Amino acid sequence: MKPRIYIPGDSGALALGAEKVAKAIAAELAERGIEAKIVRNGSRGAYFLEPMVEVETESGRVAYGPVKSSDVKSLIDSGLLTGGSHRLSLGDPEAIPFIARQTRLTFARCGIIDPLSLEAYEHHGGLAGLRKAVAMTPADVVAQVTESGLRGRGGAGFPTGIKWKTVLDTNADRKYIVCNADEGDSGTFADRMIMEGDPFVLIEGMTIAGIATGATKGFIYIRSEYPHAVAVMRKAVEIARKAGVLGIHVLGSPNTFDMEVRVGAGAYVCGEETALLDSLEGKRGMVRAKPPLPAHKGLFGKPTVINNVISLASVPIIMDKGAAHYKDFGMGRSRGTIPLQIAGNIRYGGLFETAFGLTLGEIIDDIGGGSATGRPVKAVQVGGPLGAYFPRDLFDTPFDYEAFAAKDGLIGHAGIVVFDDSADMLKMARFAMEFCAVESCGKCTPCRIGSTRGVETLDRLSAGIEPQKQVALITDLCNTMKFGSLCALGGFTPYPVMSALTHFPEDFKPAPVAEAAE
Amino acid sequence: MALQPASTEIAAQAASIIDGMKDLEGPLLPILHGIQEEFGFVPQEVLPVIASKLNLSRAEVYGVVSFYHDYRKHPTGRHVLKLCQAESCQSMGSDAVAARLKQALGIDFHQTTTDGAVTLEPVYCLGLCACSPAALLDGEVIGRIDAEKVDEIIAEVRS
Repeated sequence: MKPRIYIPGDSGALALGAEKVAKAIAAELAERGIEAKIVRNGSRGAYFLEPMVEVETESGRVAYGPVKSSDVKSLIDSGLLTGGSHRLSLGDPEAIPFIARQTRLTFARCGIIDPLSLEAYEHHGGLAGLRKAVAMTPADVVAQVTESGLRGRGGAGFPTGIKWKTVLDTNADRKYIVCNADEGDSGTFADRMIMEGDPFVLIEGMTIAGIATGATKGFIYIRSEYPHAVAVMRKAVEIARKAGVLGIHVLGSPNTFDMEVRVGAGAYVCGEETALLDSLEGKRGMVRAKPPLPAHKGLFGKPTVINNVISLASVPIIMDKGAAHYKDFGMGRSRGTIPLQIAGNIRYGGLFETAFGLTLGEIIDDIGGGSATGRPVKAVQVGGPLGAYFPRDLFDTPFDYEAFAAKDGLIGHAGIVVFDDSADMLKMARFAMEFCAVESCGKCTPCRIGSTRGVETLDRLSAGIEPQKQVALITDLCNTMKFGSLCALGGFTPYPVMSALTHFPEDFKPAPVAEAAE
Repeated sequence: MALQPASTEIAAQAASIIDGMKDLEGPLLPILHGIQEEFGFVPQEVLPVIASKLNLSRAEVYGVVSFYHDYRKHPTGRHVLKLCQAESCQSMGSDAVAARLKQALGIDFHQTTTDGAVTLEPVYCLGLCACSPAALLDGEVIGRIDAEKVDEIIAEVRS
């Protein structure tokens, strides 16, 4: 057998030079007349080690990283193909602390297999969940997902099984499964990673959702900022269709299911589920009033399951290993695992899948190793642009939906962005308002007008114009936006603004006016 | 310099793109993506063609085109550089990267250099948040942008 070399094709790894490394390795091997197979896998998520090159040896895989193209010659000289020792040696990748400490359920295969090899997918446990699902009644599939305690990983945390049951119980001539892959939150990349690194798990999860609810057509709505994920998903759907995983007879069963990949067009608000449905229908991405729920009247007015990528990608393992296996992980009402995305100014950044319940402090200091710049961590924003900024005082908060809500925060899609002490929280609060103003769909007044007035108020505050009055005004405005907005864009923009104001009041005091030199 | 096709040619080319996709469920966004891929922007001339083929009003089509940040009304430069300006990249100094690039290229966001070399656009998250600050240059991802990488980017877009 030819030796196998794994070089990630994940866009995070590409952004750090994986393509150059792959080309250099291929060229060097050709020059020396060495035969080896280069596999472009996804990323294991340890981005501080990317590009991480792995070699399959007789005693298992051996990793090297972070590799630059200039390291390639010396790597091959040191016996790369047999796992030889080199200054970039990382040993067994599964033993790297950042990877060894994780509980990988949803991301079990990500970074390990060739993302577009259905054979490798099956060899690593893929399709086992779908095979079980096709042999079950839809109600039993829904019951198992409900029993697992899986909650929507997009941010809202709504129980997935209950959503599915509503669609199953609604009669219609046509139903849809829509996958929300419009992962627009800064600090999040779990959806991108799984689509690039293990696309079949999402296809399998959506197909199970179709069987469970009687839907026969699925759409994956991917944001246009993810060109690599779009390309991989499109190829994977094609492969799944040819292999009979998708089509008139899913895996030879009487169930029919097929899907299409659709690409967004740069509107953040389309990550909101009803705006996404309008966008899929070919309209402006305007938020819809609820009711009717999408589960009753969704895409083209038909009952629709709309779930986040990670929710759907977690379903295959639940079907395969059983609800109890998944439910055993986690704390309180947050069951199973959550792929934390540790990002921003952080030393060991990346994706860390773990059971709910780690404290924010453990995540930032222990796993993340503190800031990248080496300066003290001042604030962390959890849950994307609409999430709260937490100071060090709240680092004992466990990562759990309810625990974060109790501290006026949210876990959202589990993105964690770290800021060092150079961050200006007034500037970050203003950015939150400005972002809301730019991205507002314009349907409801608190969001459309409130965000613009918010920017103006914070500008007056930083100019030192009647500061106390501005603080009172912004507090009142945030209250109106929180309770009066139609969706989470206007409704949650107050989280970053008010948390910045509450926890970092010193940044909201006007700078003392410099006295003119005499 | 390549000649711009005449508006009748644009309409004819657009018509074939539309015909290829109009039977999709919810075809408007895929059609607009197809048109932008073909022309580099969404020419005004195609709006009535789309409207008539999809049985929509021109106002509806214009409303959709103007809603989404991706659809451009004008051609871009030879390169398109999208710089991430979202929170994660801000935490790693994307403001300074943007300022340096703007100064070096002599343009602001949403502008194209006078020699037509590059169009600079802000983008809000590329999903490369563990490698901030990040950018997308003609579809190629770039992470951990520092002074050296800024110089490389400038050299590449100027070449």
